[in-house]
Amino acid sequence: MSSLAELSERRAAAVERLGAELGEALVATHEAPGRGTWVRVRTDAWRTAGEVLRHRLGFEYFDFLSAIDWLPSPYGRGEDDPTQPAPERSTEIRPGYTGGETRFQVLARVFDVRNNVGLLLKVDVPDAEPAVASWVPVYAGANWHERETWEMFGIVFAGHPDLRKLYLPTGFEGFPLRKDYPLLARLVKPWPGIVDVEPMPEGMAGEE
Amino acid sequence: MTMISDRQQLSYIASQAADARVNVELETEGMTLNIGPQHPATHGTLRIVCRLDGEQVVWAEPIPGYMHRGYEKLTEVRTFPQVTTLVNRIDWLGSFCNEVPFILAAEQLMDIEAPPRAQHIRTLLFEMGRIANVILFLGDMGVQLGAVTPVFFAFRDREFVLNQIEAATGGRFHPNFDRIGGLKDDLPKGWIDESRAVMRRVRSFCDEMEDLLLGNEIFEARTRGIGVIPREIALQYGLSGANLRASGVDWDLRRDQKLPMAWDKCDWKVWTHPDGDSFARYWVRLQEVRESSKIVDQLLDTMPSGPIMAKVPRIIKVPEGEAWVATENPLGEMGYYVVSKGDLGPFRVKIRSASFSNISVASWVLRGTYVPDVITILASLYFILGDIDR
Amino acid sequence: MSAASVLAIEIPYWGQSILRVVGGLAALLLIAGTVVYLYLFKAVSFMQSRLGPMEAGPYGSMQLLAEVGKWLQKEDLFPDNADKRIFKLAPIIVLVSTFLLYLTIPWGPDAFFLDPATFNTGIFFTLAVSSISVLGILMAGWSSANKYSLMGGLRAAGQLIAYELPMVLAVVGVVIQAGTLNLQGIVVAQNDGSIFGFEYLGNPFVLTQAIGFLIFVIAAQAELTQTPFDMPIAESELVAGYMTEYSGFRFLIFFIAEFASAGAFAGIASVLFLGGWGLPTAWGDWTSGNAMNVIGPVLLLTKILLLSFVIFWARFSFPRLREDQLQRFAWKILIPLALGNIAVTAILKVVF
Repeated sequence: MSSLAELSERRAAAVERLGAELGEALVATHEAPGRGTWVRVRTDAWRTAGEVLRHRLGFEYFDFLSAIDWLPSPYGRGEDDPTQPAPERSTEIRPGYTGGETRFQVLARVFDVRNNVGLLLKVDVPDAEPAVASWVPVYAGANWHERETWEMFGIVFAGHPDLRKLYLPTGFEGFPLRKDYPLLARLVKPWPGIVDVEPMPEGMAGEE
Repeated sequence: MTMISDRQQLSYIASQAADARVNVELETEGMTLNIGPQHPATHGTLRIVCRLDGEQVVWAEPIPGYMHRGYEKLTEVRTFPQVTTLVNRIDWLGSFCNEVPFILAAEQLMDIEAPPRAQHIRTLLFEMGRIANVILFLGDMGVQLGAVTPVFFAFRDREFVLNQIEAATGGRFHPNFDRIGGLKDDLPKGWIDESRAVMRRVRSFCDEMEDLLLGNEIFEARTRGIGVIPREIALQYGLSGANLRASGVDWDLRRDQKLPMAWDKCDWKVWTHPDGDSFARYWVRLQEVRESSKIVDQLLDTMPSGPIMAKVPRIIKVPEGEAWVATENPLGEMGYYVVSKGDLGPFRVKIRSASFSNISVASWVLRGTYVPDVITILASLYFILGDIDR
Repeated sequence: MSAASVLAIEIPYWGQSILRVVGGLAALLLIAGTVVYLYLFKAVSFMQSRLGPMEAGPYGSMQLLAEVGKWLQKEDLFPDNADKRIFKLAPIIVLVSTFLLYLTIPWGPDAFFLDPATFNTGIFFTLAVSSISVLGILMAGWSSANKYSLMGGLRAAGQLIAYELPMVLAVVGVVIQAGTLNLQGIVVAQNDGSIFGFEYLGNPFVLTQAIGFLIFVIAAQAELTQTPFDMPIAESELVAGYMTEYSGFRFLIFFIAEFASAGAFAGIASVLFLGGWGLPTAWGDWTSGNAMNVIGPVLLLTKILLLSFVIFWARFSFPRLREDQLQRFAWKILIPLALGNIAVTAILKVVF
């Protein structure tokens, strides 16, 4: 049973080896002690990073792959009062750990079962045409994860054998998990938490 | 040579055309069979499209999404405590287990730890959720294979576990009991002794199942060598939980992850099986239920006293950051990637559910099997629709 | 029919035929109903640690009537593409096959539907008639225009034909030992016979033909498409197999036919192996007087219920065999065993 310090060391060692293989393509790392290690790679090195991790560094276990949309939601938390004009909200894109320059980032996690080391990987997705290389030739299990990410965010995975919708019906338009795609339930019916006060009737004595 | 009238000729042609239509529609050569979405075998609305050659499957593809509820979008409009209620309903058979990784992720971001008693009770309820969930699997696999009786025993003995969960949390199926910083309430009086009796019952149920199903020659003939998933495929597809351990990979997140829960305070064993077939998956789960009941017993004996809630502000605002926590849920590895921006609620939550990866291997493993084996393999992989579709 | 001589009434032949048909139907429905209530509703529930139907009548005894009423008042549905004539005909063929089975079973020394003095083919006719139901099942599977039904029908055809052979071969051993194909003759041979001079047990063929009995019961289980041989109706895969598209009265016919067949096969097994309606003659000469005509059916009914219990007990306890495992079991295990049984019986019959 390894201690937290040991695991941190092993993760750091893995990151070092990854850096040695990828060189410049490893853009940033972040270590949260006791919690995990994040690594960001350059967009064109995404597939290479996967291959290095699986075949050279022994990260055989494919955990998951998804995306993050860093645009703050223009709908806030869906609690807007429909009778009032929508408030001004910041549209500044502030990415999280390991930074980033684009709105979308693809996030993946792979794991080394023998050494009990996990790595979280991020990669920027270009804003103009959201596309990244597909990991399916490296990890066969990425198939469904990439399909789901594509249908939810609109990020195309180049080289995916069969990129089509997973959850949503075929005719569905739009990419639901993008922040500018509204949560329809909150648009159709205003959030019940808004204080709903009946205006006082006209002519009540003493109130106006 | 008889002369047939025009009318007879026309009716003859019409009947031939009708036959041809029926034949084309029935398509008995290379038949495409839809198993589901409404079907007694699939645990919910999962649709599997199979192309058959006689009784053999040429290709098969699972089509999920009939129960997609958009959880990840919903979490963006909820506060952190509200997400707990939402997340209960992903794996609805052992639903306390769904809350725990999310709460742990939030606590990691807030840099607080629940007090020892709360960690203890969390682990207790987590293991009870696992027992409730997997007991159903043990009986249900029998039904998929045609043995209709063990499932009733499974439901009966599961009731006792659910009663215990209800006594502690107030809800049989959706406890909604975990809070950031601890738990909602303490345990009721007498709960510990009752739980010990329930665990004895669970163990006798496991013995019964071992006799009834594992020892049955027909069960062995139906499951041995069926649906073998080798180690490399299992790792690539992200199979987790008992499916991975049945393929010989010795990996259990309860032992290998360092989380503020009480698993490392107990003495227990991780069960693996080298075969990787359906029998192995059933066998591993049976041993795991027994092991869980032993863990619960040990936890009941060593319960620390103390507060069950850490000092947490009334309105919870989780500081900015990202956290990933995964636990060994009954179905496999369930993890939450929580991105917070210092708000009342999360910015993005990615829910990594076990059944999603478990079922993605179906198109690989179902090729070349027979139709009855399709049912066996799916039953042994054990999925819950809420977990696949979120 | 013997009642004519008992009641000393002259009943013309057409009247006798109607009485026989009515009596046969009554026997069929009575046994089917008892088997359904006792085993499908109650025994299975107790085995599954639940009570079963308790509301309709005392201890749920009227549940069957309630179910019959329910099925009768359902809408008469056809799938669009179904072949209507064959669709309607299939359940009737299955029921007719079962009904014919009941006609051949002797219920007492003078209580029978087909006079054994003139009906010498006995067990041969019975086995031939029991395979008519295969036709009915195939027709049901094909005409439903449903892929699941088709698969169920095809599986049923293969299975039922495969298990005909062990059944027939097991019976041949009994015929060799009894020396006659006549069912009444087989019963009398068992009750009059003795084992190595020990007369008080008669000579129920279950003792000397134990292997044959086993093979017959297993083959009967497969003929009834009961678990562990219920691939054709595999409920968790094919929904209800060849019966999927049937509802209302037609499904009721299938339902009754299934349980009546269970009773019929149990009846044939009792006649062949357990001594039929009789008690060993050494216990007293029962064949004179009319006592046996009343006790005989009751005795046979008891034996039928006992055997049916074993059949249903196995049904609710085992998982099901896959189709190819099922066929392998029939062709590679049961048939060689049955052939060996015949050889040994023939040798022993000559020697002793």
